[in-house]
Amino acid sequence: MKKNINHSLFTALITFIVSFPLLGLSLVSVNGSLTIQGADNSTMIMIGVAISIVFIFQLYREKILHMLGMLPTPSLPFKQAYKNSSLEKRTTLKKVFMVGLILCVIIWPFMSSRGAIDLATLVLIYVMLGLGLNIVVGLAGLLDLGYVAFYAVGAYSYALLSEYLGLSFWVALPIGGMLAALFGFLLGFPVLRLRGDYLAIVTLGFGEIIRILLNNFTSVTGGPNGISSIPKPTLFGMEFGRRVKEEGNTLFHEVMGIAYSSSYKVIFLYILAVILVIFTLFVIHRLMRMPVGRAWEALREDEIACRSLGLNRTAIKLSAFTIGAAFAGFAGCFFAARQGFISPESFTFIESAIILAIVVLGGMGSQVGVILAAIAMTVLPELARGFDEYRMLMFGLMMVLMMIWRPQGLAPAQRPHMEIKNDA
Amino acid sequence: MSEEFFYFLQQLLNGLTVGSTYALIAIGYTMVYGIIGMINFAHGEVYMIGTYVTFIAITGLTMLGIEYMPLVILCALIIAIVASCSFGWAIERTAYRPLRGTNRLIPLISAIGMSIFLQNYLVQAQGARDIGLPPMITGGWSFGPDSFQASVSYMQLIIFIATAVSMLALTTFISKSKMGRACRAVAQDLQMANLLGINTNRVISTTFVIGAALAALAGVLLGLYYGIANPYIGFIAGLKAFTAAVLGGIGSIPGAMLGGLILGVTESFTAGYFSAEYKDVVAFSLLVLILLFRPTGLLGKPEVEKI
Repeated sequence: MKKNINHSLFTALITFIVSFPLLGLSLVSVNGSLTIQGADNSTMIMIGVAISIVFIFQLYREKILHMLGMLPTPSLPFKQAYKNSSLEKRTTLKKVFMVGLILCVIIWPFMSSRGAIDLATLVLIYVMLGLGLNIVVGLAGLLDLGYVAFYAVGAYSYALLSEYLGLSFWVALPIGGMLAALFGFLLGFPVLRLRGDYLAIVTLGFGEIIRILLNNFTSVTGGPNGISSIPKPTLFGMEFGRRVKEEGNTLFHEVMGIAYSSSYKVIFLYILAVILVIFTLFVIHRLMRMPVGRAWEALREDEIACRSLGLNRTAIKLSAFTIGAAFAGFAGCFFAARQGFISPESFTFIESAIILAIVVLGGMGSQVGVILAAIAMTVLPELARGFDEYRMLMFGLMMVLMMIWRPQGLAPAQRPHMEIKNDA
Repeated sequence: MSEEFFYFLQQLLNGLTVGSTYALIAIGYTMVYGIIGMINFAHGEVYMIGTYVTFIAITGLTMLGIEYMPLVILCALIIAIVASCSFGWAIERTAYRPLRGTNRLIPLISAIGMSIFLQNYLVQAQGARDIGLPPMITGGWSFGPDSFQASVSYMQLIIFIATAVSMLALTTFISKSKMGRACRAVAQDLQMANLLGINTNRVISTTFVIGAALAALAGVLLGLYYGIANPYIGFIAGLKAFTAAVLGGIGSIPGAMLGGLILGVTESFTAGYFSAEYKDVVAFSLLVLILLFRPTGLLGKPEVEKI
């Protein structure tokens, strides 16, 4: 008990030091000189309450945990045996479900508000980014902290190609993807020989380099002001605006013979995003079952074993890095087209962190997980708009708590496997 | 002795000043990495908190009527170190310890989350704007021809001395004290050290606390040197310090010192001879180049993998 009291006092003291000087005393600059203002009473009471909660919790830690049933009790893992007969049934069921889901996703925008569709388009961009990064981090096990750089390359390549060469979205999309892939290749070539953590910092540095370059090549990229009035994508030469912006294009509502509505554009962008996501899902799904996909996962699990089996480590890692970058490029192109305006502000480290959080939150290597996590990470902050100022605070806290409570992610990847039935 | 020489000297001095503070922060990264093999992404935030606490302490002490400057700075240093150490300890306890022994990526994500949390905690507590502290230590020496004079401010001198003293103290602590020996043992083999009766949890906590103390020292020094703080200074400083740690060979304490100095000098020369905007670009490119030719960093030991 005495030890408990000492520990509780210590943690309470730490809580006090961590909270009081920063929350209780705020620096205010008055006429150029600094003064300290004490916080209002409610903040002080909050600090006091927090300290007492920590103290009491630590004092009766065992009892509280016991009451909540959170103390680990030794038990044997018991898993349901895998039934082989249901395998085929499950795949057909899965196909029906997938088709139904895709239909729902395509019909849905015609029945909901503009804001909701716009948000859904944003979710889809994050899904695409998450799926791309999932190849690098989830499947190949390479920690990339500068993924946003490839996203920026894609976005800027569309913006610049359309501004200087007048290329349309459909031409720029593959070019943007390829350019991003090229950057991935060029960066990956030297650094993929390095150990994991070195790779993390080099990619992080690369992300910063790209952002700084975009910020400073003012003559080409517009610097911090970014590039505005990027043309929206067209559908077979049909524009979705009120008037034709580019020579030779027609207007969607005129061709179709319907009244103009601004929501057509939003719906079109949404459907375009859905198609891009389905394309991404399909490609990655196939890749995962190809030798190269198997090699990614094998390399993540045991590098030495892979090398002894004759797999070319660098080539495999490089392919994962390049393909992942290409998808970020596609997403970037689409982002630029949707937004109509891009600036280096959109490609900061926090964006990389969000994408990484999506991958890890979803369960590394799991595609369903990535989709769920992308929805959670984009929609929840939107819903919490009322608490806007606490948004990032909550975001950081959520990341930590998720890792503690559910480190395997929301929907961890499941490999086809057999388990021996345990009757004992 | 021409004008160019003094310009060169000036850049070198500026670079060493910044570099030694990078080295102070880098030690926190490298020690934690050496012991539990994780990147403590929130370490830059500890430095930022150190700067804030320094500003609060200096302002508070001045408001209480203590005018004697060395006393104020010394008290501020102690308060900042205590606060930062508490943060370091609390971060390890809440965000990293429950995750020990999991996949390598899991603690890293948690650390990134912690970093974002702490940044926004400061935004909530102190506001997102820049806070300026009027310069406390002014003056210095200048030398050289009349056309260009190189100068060393007293503040720069204090930074050199404080860094050198703390590095010396740390090296002595690691090589001589019982706890230091335990640290080295845990860095070599955590499980074996545990079996031999070393309280590894305590060693890991100590590592975090030492790292936080050095980061707080860097916070005090840079806070007084630049006289400015905002909740976002931790990110870029942390990034630079981590680059320095990797440059010198992560896990190696002398490597972190060397890496910090090299990084600082490189940046300062880029800013002095080329363009200040590109100093970060050059710093990261240097990192890539060094890793290409020495994948384990300058003083790092190659890791031998046993099967």
